[in-house]
Amino acid sequence: MKTMTSIARLTNITRSEGDPKVIRSGPSSRGIPDSLAKGLGWFSLGLGLTELLAPQRITRPLGMEGKEALVRAYGVREIGSGILSLSVDKKLGLWSRVAGDGLDIATALTVLRPDNPKRDNVVVALALLLGITAIDLIDAQATTVLHDRRSGRRRSYRDRSGFPRGVAASRGAARDFKTPPDLRHAPPLAAVSPRTSAA
Amino acid sequence: MRALVWHGKEDIRCDSVTDPEIEADRDLIVKVTSCAICGSDLHLFHNFIPAMLPGDVMGHETMGEVVETGRGLNGKLKKGDRVVVPFTIVCGECDQCKRGYFSVCQKSNRKKHLADKVFGHTTAGLFGYSHLTGGYPGGQAEYLRVPFADTTVQKVPHGIPDEKLLFLSDIFPTGWQAAVQADIQPTDTVAIWGCGPVGQMTIRSAILLGAEQVVAIDRLPERLEMAEAGGAITINFEEEDVVERLNALTGGEGPEKCIDCIGMESHLSPSMPDTVYDRAKQVFMAESDRPHVLREMIYVCRPGGLISIPGVYGGLSDKIPMGAAMNKGLTFRMGQTHVQRWTADLLRRIEEEQIDPSFVITHEVSLDKGPEMYRTFRDKQDSCIKVVLKP
Repeated sequence: MKTMTSIARLTNITRSEGDPKVIRSGPSSRGIPDSLAKGLGWFSLGLGLTELLAPQRITRPLGMEGKEALVRAYGVREIGSGILSLSVDKKLGLWSRVAGDGLDIATALTVLRPDNPKRDNVVVALALLLGITAIDLIDAQATTVLHDRRSGRRRSYRDRSGFPRGVAASRGAARDFKTPPDLRHAPPLAAVSPRTSAA
Repeated sequence: MRALVWHGKEDIRCDSVTDPEIEADRDLIVKVTSCAICGSDLHLFHNFIPAMLPGDVMGHETMGEVVETGRGLNGKLKKGDRVVVPFTIVCGECDQCKRGYFSVCQKSNRKKHLADKVFGHTTAGLFGYSHLTGGYPGGQAEYLRVPFADTTVQKVPHGIPDEKLLFLSDIFPTGWQAAVQADIQPTDTVAIWGCGPVGQMTIRSAILLGAEQVVAIDRLPERLEMAEAGGAITINFEEEDVVERLNALTGGEGPEKCIDCIGMESHLSPSMPDTVYDRAKQVFMAESDRPHVLREMIYVCRPGGLISIPGVYGGLSDKIPMGAAMNKGLTFRMGQTHVQRWTADLLRRIEEEQIDPSFVITHEVSLDKGPEMYRTFRDKQDSCIKVVLKP
């Protein structure tokens, strides 16, 4: 059992004396892949903001001077992935991170040239990118499996009418109910146009 | 005691918490025997409803046994009584309660100032449904304090299983009110969007009230099967065009009554581009709801028809075709359920075996399993439609 979170303790000031207050916390409904997605989402936001606001901090060490506009565009992409990874659509966010990783690797490969004086930095960056890609891929797959609707049994509810006397006998069984005056609508539409069969 | 506690988005935990205590003369404490996870709990799970705080106890579908009473109950309720606890807390004294508009009780929201700011005027206090509605601890717990207990709870007889009575707390009256406020006539076609628990109850209510045709719209085979078993014609919106099929079923005129049992979180699909637009706006906090169903209902509803909305909306919705709604002269009825207005009558219908609401239960587990069942229910895994928890 985890100890009570400090935030939950803080919120006790909003509760009255007789309200229950957390003593000890149990396991979360969030799975490990969900928690990792949250971490990756914040990482995306941090990296994206850096790329957007200070692209030269990326371009200079990698010998990519002049490509600041491209790095800014990648920053916007990264922020989008981060927001999605932090949302309930985290699967989409994580897979967009994987796609973004591919783009980052491809971009880094273009500057892995013998004439690039920062070539060694590019090699380190590529190694980091491959590591991050592996984490993104594993988490995207794990999250997809964890939340897959097809997980578990496929059951049939064909016998669950909810009417102990059957549907036919129950149609109109509450005819003793009188609609209250405040909930009445139009008069019965007795002369409606012909309908097609319900079958 | 143990309780399911909200700690943040998608983060529900089964925590050890202090026991609730009597605070006012009309309070009572219920030992919970059964509680359920509601579809609207998922809006909290996703953090789409504002003013939830870490440490809030979840749950608003609860029943149990009275174990402690306040001094002001004057024998109306006593230890050992079996009660269903509706999700709306009602004073029974204000003008709205006297009219039967219990879900907008003027006195029961103890954080009225918040609701006044957000909604313009306060609505009733609700169990386990954010600080906008009072921040009252919910009933997914071993014990629950019930304020204004003499007017809030429904006493129920011993001898009927919890499973048949529990849904008097919310989904059965909600489905019933959705159908009743549509003023169903014997010639009506009633189209119901969403075959989750409230949708299923709405289908049964529309059948009991004698609709000529009940049409249920969803995409999940197990939910459509359950709808069909209850007497509905079904439309799988992933396989058929909803508007075309509804028009075909009504001689091209559209259904007289349309009921939205979905609310703010419409299914997201590129085949329904407006849902992608809404989701994008939600992500950037430019819109709180995805009102796809509302748009579709306004479009397909017969002129002069009625739109009933039991599905929960949380805040701001975009691109509502008010031009079509106005020109077609549609009537809109919506709101949280005035549960206490219907419970006594619905209890009688259960006792008379007109309906057995337990048909909707697909999972019954201990309270400890609650956190994982939130996920199962949200992801619609294991053919999950309704989860009952046993503390």
